[in-house]
Formats: sequence, C-alpha cells, structure tokens
Amino acid sequence: MTWDWGAVRDFMPHFWDGLLVTLQALALGSLISFALGLVWALLMQTPGLPHARTNSRGWYPLVRWPVGIVTEFIRDTPLLVQLFFLFYVLPEWGLTFSALTTGVVAIGLHYSTYTMQVYRAGIEAVPTGQWEAATALSLPPTRTWTAVILPQAIRRVVPALGNYVIAILKDTPVLMAITVLDMLGEARLFSQQHFQFTEPLTVIGVAFVLISYPASLLLRALERRLVR
Amino acid sequence: MSADTPLVKEPDAQAGPAATAGELIRFDRVTKRFGDHTVLDRLDFSVDAGKHVTLIGPSGSGKTTILRLLMTLAEPDEGTITVAGQQLFPAGEKQIREIRKNIGMVFQQFNLFPNMKVLRNITEAPVTVLGLSKDEAEQRARELLDLVGLSDHLDKYPGQLSGGQQQRVAIARALAMRPQVLLLDEVTSALDPELVAGVLDVLRDIARTTDITMLCVTHEMNFARDISDEVLMFDSGRVIEAGSPEKIFSTPEHTRTREFLSAVL
Repeated sequence: MTWDWGAVRDFMPHFWDGLLVTLQALALGSLISFALGLVWALLMQTPGLPHARTNSRGWYPLVRWPVGIVTEFIRDTPLLVQLFFLFYVLPEWGLTFSALTTGVVAIGLHYSTYTMQVYRAGIEAVPTGQWEAATALSLPPTRTWTAVILPQAIRRVVPALGNYVIAILKDTPVLMAITVLDMLGEARLFSQQHFQFTEPLTVIGVAFVLISYPASLLLRALERRLVR
Repeated sequence: MSADTPLVKEPDAQAGPAATAGELIRFDRVTKRFGDHTVLDRLDFSVDAGKHVTLIGPSGSGKTTILRLLMTLAEPDEGTITVAGQQLFPAGEKQIREIRKNIGMVFQQFNLFPNMKVLRNITEAPVTVLGLSKDEAEQRARELLDLVGLSDHLDKYPGQLSGGQQQRVAIARALAMRPQVLLLDEVTSALDPELVAGVLDVLRDIARTTDITMLCVTHEMNFARDISDEVLMFDSGRVIEAGSPEKIFSTPEHTRTREFLSAVL
C-alpha cells in the first residue's frame, strides 16, 4: 500500500462538494432537531405548578399520548430505516422531495426525539421555587415559560444539545444510502472510479476530526460559561 | 395581560376590605392534608386590613402552609378561604389571578430569577401583569431598591449578590406589585446570621411606614415582638393561642406556648 498525493489532489474538488453537503445536512438537521425537540418537550408538559400538575385532567392527555407514542416509535427505530421509509414510501403517497431534503428531515426528526429528552430534563431541573415565584408575581403561564423557565432550562441543556450536533455530524454518512453525495458518498464514488480507497477515506476521516474536535472544545468552553 | 388591566387596582382593592368591615383574610374550617398527615385541622382565623400578624409555632405545625394556600400555591382539602370578600377555592382562573395580584410573597429561598438582572427581576411583573410602562416600572424599582439599600446593585445578577442582598431584592420585587398583603415565609431562615439584621431592618421599616397587611412566619421572636399587632401560636394545625405580642411573649397561657417560647428564646 502506497500513499499517493496525486490521488488526494484529484479527490479534493469532490471532497469540497461532499463537505458542503455534509455541513448543510449537519446545520439543517441540527436546527430541525433543536426546534422540533423543543416542540415535543413542550407538548409533553402539563401547564401549571410542578407539584399541582396532574396528568389526567383536561385535554392534555389527548396531546401527550400521541406525541409520546410517535416520538417513542421514532426513537426506537433505526435512522436508516426511517430514511428509507421517507425516501421510498413518501413518493408513493405523492410526496416527493430531493434526496438531501428528505435526509435532512429524517435526521432532524430522528434526533428531535432525543433532544426532547434533553429539554425535558432541563425544564425539570428548574427549581420549583421559580414556578412559585412566577405564580406569586401573577405572571401569566406563557410569560412564565418564555421569560423564566425556558431561559433557565435551555441554558442548562446547551452542552447536552451540543453533543447531539457532534452525533448528527457522525451520522450524516447514512445519507449516502439515499443517493446523497456527502463526504462519504463522494469518497466512495471516487474510490470506485479510481480504485484508490486509502486517500479519499483518510481525507474524510481527518475532515470529521477537524470538524468535531474543535466543536467539542467550543462546547466545553460554552459549558463553562453557561453552567454555573 | 392587555390594556384593559388597570395600572394600579386601587378601586378594587378598597372595595374589598370596606365591604367586609376591615376584615381582609378569613380562613373558615380549613383543612389541609399531605397523605395521612393533617397539616391544618379545621383552622379558623381572620386578619384585618393593615394588621401585622405573626405566625409562630414548632416546625410542621402548618404555618407555611397557610401562606402557601393564600398564595394559591396549594389547595385546601376542606373549608373556605376568602381574601377581600372573594373566595379563593374554588374560583375561576381569572378570579384567582385578580386575588393573587393583591398578594405578594417573599420566600425562604428568595427565588429570584437568576436569568434576569436585579432591576428586571423587579420590573418584570409590573410591566407584564400590571401593564406599567418600562420607565414607570424602572422608576418604581429604583425607589424600592433605594428603600432596601441596594441602589448600587441594580445591574447585577442575583448570583452576584449575598443571600441577604438577594432577599432584600425579593422584598422589593414583591412590593413592586403594590400588594395589599405581604406574605413572609421564614425570610431569614436561609441566611447567614450576620445578614439577618439587614433584612429584618428593611421589614421593620416597611411595617412602620406602609399600611400593607403582613402575614409573617418567623423564628425571630424579637422581630415578631417589634412588628406584630397580633401573634398566633400554632400547634398541630390549629391556633392554640392568639393575642398581642406582649401577652403571648410575656404572659402566655397555654403550656405548649410556654414550652415553645422557652425553647426558642
């Protein structure tokens, strides 16, 4: 086995294309998972003071039940299966999206069922006294959530959410399975055309490290600032 | 909260106590249980507007529960509670909100909002609940911070203040709503001993200079003697003795009161 710098040079244009796709999938997938996860987490909450909350009153169970079942289902099935489902089954129902869009949605949806757990933990970690102070000041429920509870909850969960960004980054190669040419997709295509596997795979391996290691350093710095 | 909310709810506030001839708060056979434990046992008592009432008694005798019921942080199992002639339980969400606006509470653990600076801790509710403009609310907050001696700290986060300072901010925050009733729940219990005096001085000041009705759960007997019009001695969820501070502290009648006082004084 010899290392061929020429192959690296030939691969680089394809690499940049793949990197762009990977970063797009990462950014959009993360954003969807963060936003959707928060929506799930809030739908699973019952309003009111934590100690006065009941699960059985009003219309809340009607929301909690379906959300709980759907998110549990998504969390318990593999991302790859979901990806195939969205890519091959949805068009049969007349819903056609580009491969990248489908991939981004699948990643965002899949990881939203994890981030919702993170948000839930963050919300529950806000001391009861904060709810009580908000009640004592007559703050309306919406304001209590937006001004008091969520800012404190989200601050607590930023590091945990950040870990999912890195997890999502490492899961982006599954998009190759639905014809998206991410970094791995480009590397495989190049390898098959030139019968050179070592160089392209090494290049993208290094690229993954170069993205995720600084990201984790950034996270640790953020953690030090946010979690007091 | 929208524009139809009056800036300050004075008319409402005056109609209540006037209609009930000075009586502002009434507990009627109120029972509260936690599991098998009966915290309040068919409790009756009332507080007249403007009075300072101190609740004393051993831990677990239900004093804090009374404040929590008034603040609607808990619900009674039986009995009725009325504030300014309006019944608290059961009451519609809207009515509860109206009653709540007349009641302020200061907690043992301060419960300031750590994500907001001192000034915004105080202005948040007056702006969003009472509909004050930001300027009005800040003006009010500055006056109150002046009152509690923290004018230099309005730009800090609660985490940057000592416990005593945080508690004084919490007092200012409660007063910013201009409540008729102020509930004080062991407000010095979580403080280092050297910080207690500063907080109590502020409260003495408020008791002397305002006509706010105060319900105070405390273990600071000297403070209770100074500010109280009436002292209620609790034991096992009932008031076993009530009277002026002179009477309760100097010539208590009930054996349990004497035992309790000799233990804490």
